[in-house]
Amino acid sequence: MLRSSRVLIATASILLGLVFVFPLWRIDLKAPQYPEGLGLLIKISDITGVKPYDLQNINGLNHYIGMKAIEPDSIPELRFMPVFVAVMIAAGLLVAGTGNRALLYIWVGVFLIGSVAGLVDFWLWSYDYGHNLDPTAAIKVPGMTYQPPLIGSKKLLNFVATSWPGLGGLAAMVSVGIGSVVAIGEWRRARSGAEATG
Amino acid sequence: MIRTTKFAMGLAAGVVTLLVAGCGGGTPIGGNGDAASAVYVAPGDYDEFYFFTSGGFSGHLGVYGLPSGRLLKQVPIFSQWAENGWGYSEETKAMLETSYGFVPWGDSHHPELSQTDGVIDGRWLFINENNTPRIARIDLTTFETVEIIEIPNSAGNHASPFVTQNTEYTVAATRFSVPTPQADVPIESFKENFSGMLSFVKVADNGRMSIAFQILVPGYNYDLSHSGKGPSHGWSFFTSYNTEQANTLLEVNASQNDKDYIAAVNWMRAEECVANGQGEQWTSNYVHNYFNDQHIAVSDMENGTTVITPATCSDMVYYLPTPKSPHGVNVDPSGLLIVAGGKLAAVVTVHSFTKMIVAIENEDFIGEVEGIPILRYESILAGEVENPGLGPLHTEFDGRGYAYTSAFISSEIVKWSLETFEVVDRIPAYYSIGHLSIPGGDTREPWGKWVIALNKTTKDRYLPTGPELTHSAQLIDISGDKMRLLLEFPTVGEPHYAQALPASLIKDKQVRIYPLDENHHPLATKTEADARVEREGRNVHVYMTTIRTHFVPDNIEGVQVGDSVFFHVTNLEQDWDVPHGFAITGANTSELLLMPGETRTIVWLPTRIGVYPFYCTDFCSALHQEMQGYVRVSPRGSSVPISFNTP
Repeated sequence: MLRSSRVLIATASILLGLVFVFPLWRIDLKAPQYPEGLGLLIKISDITGVKPYDLQNINGLNHYIGMKAIEPDSIPELRFMPVFVAVMIAAGLLVAGTGNRALLYIWVGVFLIGSVAGLVDFWLWSYDYGHNLDPTAAIKVPGMTYQPPLIGSKKLLNFVATSWPGLGGLAAMVSVGIGSVVAIGEWRRARSGAEATG
Repeated sequence: MIRTTKFAMGLAAGVVTLLVAGCGGGTPIGGNGDAASAVYVAPGDYDEFYFFTSGGFSGHLGVYGLPSGRLLKQVPIFSQWAENGWGYSEETKAMLETSYGFVPWGDSHHPELSQTDGVIDGRWLFINENNTPRIARIDLTTFETVEIIEIPNSAGNHASPFVTQNTEYTVAATRFSVPTPQADVPIESFKENFSGMLSFVKVADNGRMSIAFQILVPGYNYDLSHSGKGPSHGWSFFTSYNTEQANTLLEVNASQNDKDYIAAVNWMRAEECVANGQGEQWTSNYVHNYFNDQHIAVSDMENGTTVITPATCSDMVYYLPTPKSPHGVNVDPSGLLIVAGGKLAAVVTVHSFTKMIVAIENEDFIGEVEGIPILRYESILAGEVENPGLGPLHTEFDGRGYAYTSAFISSEIVKWSLETFEVVDRIPAYYSIGHLSIPGGDTREPWGKWVIALNKTTKDRYLPTGPELTHSAQLIDISGDKMRLLLEFPTVGEPHYAQALPASLIKDKQVRIYPLDENHHPLATKTEADARVEREGRNVHVYMTTIRTHFVPDNIEGVQVGDSVFFHVTNLEQDWDVPHGFAITGANTSELLLMPGETRTIVWLPTRIGVYPFYCTDFCSALHQEMQGYVRVSPRGSSVPISFNTP
């Protein structure tokens, strides 16, 4: 591996550490009764409100449409994700330290699979909350489901839900992007090097 | 003779000015688009000032926005307020306790905002109760009365609760002199047995009030007060009338003397005398009510105050002769001029603080009453304002060198110069103006945009509403040379005094919810799982929660005729502007209105068998109408057990 590649992988690993500081994703809800908005922050190991009590108030409102309460303690991903990311950071630094190309491919591969799996899991999670509604709910609108978009805005009854990656999520994306570009570059270099010598 | 001529000329000048004003000088309501835009606050926009008006005989406080005149809130203080359970709920009943027992009504008069360095600081608002002497403190982050202290050895607490420059003290005084301490004596023995009392109430850094000392003074009627500021900091001034000491038909008998007195009190000197042990300990019983850290009102029965007399503490009180039955006394922003509204006088008298100090040093006295030297009028006079209108009462200041005096009888505001003491402008008030208010107009730094007239009668100004008509406030622009009427709006109760402060001082400090984590009420129910019903003898305690959109429990059985049912209701909401109400059929108390995170208790005495609904009274959400429950009441001795449901 080139020295510059090793520096880039080290940088990507350290950048990934930002997910412990900033939220991965953010969902904002606006309604006439909530001019200041309500919001959720999806963090690596927790889900909280943007403002104190937002989560409690969102759960309170969601009970009208029969949505399950969001209880961070009962979401296993929030316990698993920090471990995965910590391992990825350590492994990334190991890749940078050793300069081992095979390790790099494995690291980037696992990182890509993990990222996609995370997004799919998030989508499934929001699908479950948005579709799996209590049939005895007070407000039932035929055909209406309440899954917020992964990215972008959607009108859900009186609320407009807007979903965007947070700083932590963006850091992870940039990190996995750097990893991928470095891996492709190293793979090309290795192939052309093999051709030259072979 | 000379005085009579002046008086007549004053009358004539007043009438001429009124006529001129009537011929186009005034601003007819609705006829001036310019005025409309000056007070227009677009929907969703905020007013620039909070305006606090005394509720007068309602016992409450009105809160308005300026310049729009929109009513924002009424704060219950000295009177029960069934709308939210104030004075009915178990947690607030104690706030209306006095040494006379529970008093359900009060007469609130003068809102006074706390000050630091002579400038309004937005910490608290004080207001006095005239009938059963008390002072209340309102927290300006919750707009709730948090403390009420009774003033012992006093009667008719009118000259109150004006604060000193740094809110070291808020004051109280006796408007109706009485035997002090109280005694069973003939009313005719007024001159021998009746006294007045000037009370200084210490305000601690956390706002908590305590009676620091009381000054026993001759039995006159001490009417209004203001404290010194800047160079006159350390002094307080109290007007008095009835120096004739009449005890009957005061309208005639108390109007005979050409001059009465302003009592100038050097309270720093009083502090020295108290520290030197020159005070006397009186066994004075009074009640002190405040919210404890559980947000529950408690009453402490206090006894004992320190009383000092001018005879034993020299250099403490001086009398400033002042014509005639003076009402308001106001100190200008410089702290150097003391303005008296002699309500039967032909002039407004302005005393000089500097000259007063010189006269005291020179012992320029014309007499003495009970150890109080009387200063020579001519030696302390800064000036007399001629033609100030008839019945001058109160004066406020714009901070640009002008004073504004209300004249009750001629029903006008008169603007005059603090330099020349000459009237420069006048504007009619509709009608019978009492107090007037300029934001910060009694402080060192007024926000001199407007003066607000506070009118006692409105006769033909509004749609009539039977025999009782509204009182009113009038917003008058004082930014230019000529005063200009912008807006007139009805007020709740009788607005005696009023004060205003810039919204920016307190707007962003407003409490939105009471965090449940910090709810230390011993009977709070913090989760629905903890909701329950317990019988203790003839008392049934219901530990109930509210959240959109249900009560827990909402089916209660096992209550019997003759029980006392205590509903301890906790609002579990932690969302701004989501109160819940609680009301039950036949309650002889009131409803409850519960702010988010708050616990309040109301007692219900079921007298008939049956099943009785209770419900939420504050439209809380889309399913508010569904927020209800039932209590089954069985005959006395029934075998139906206590039962209740939880989710």
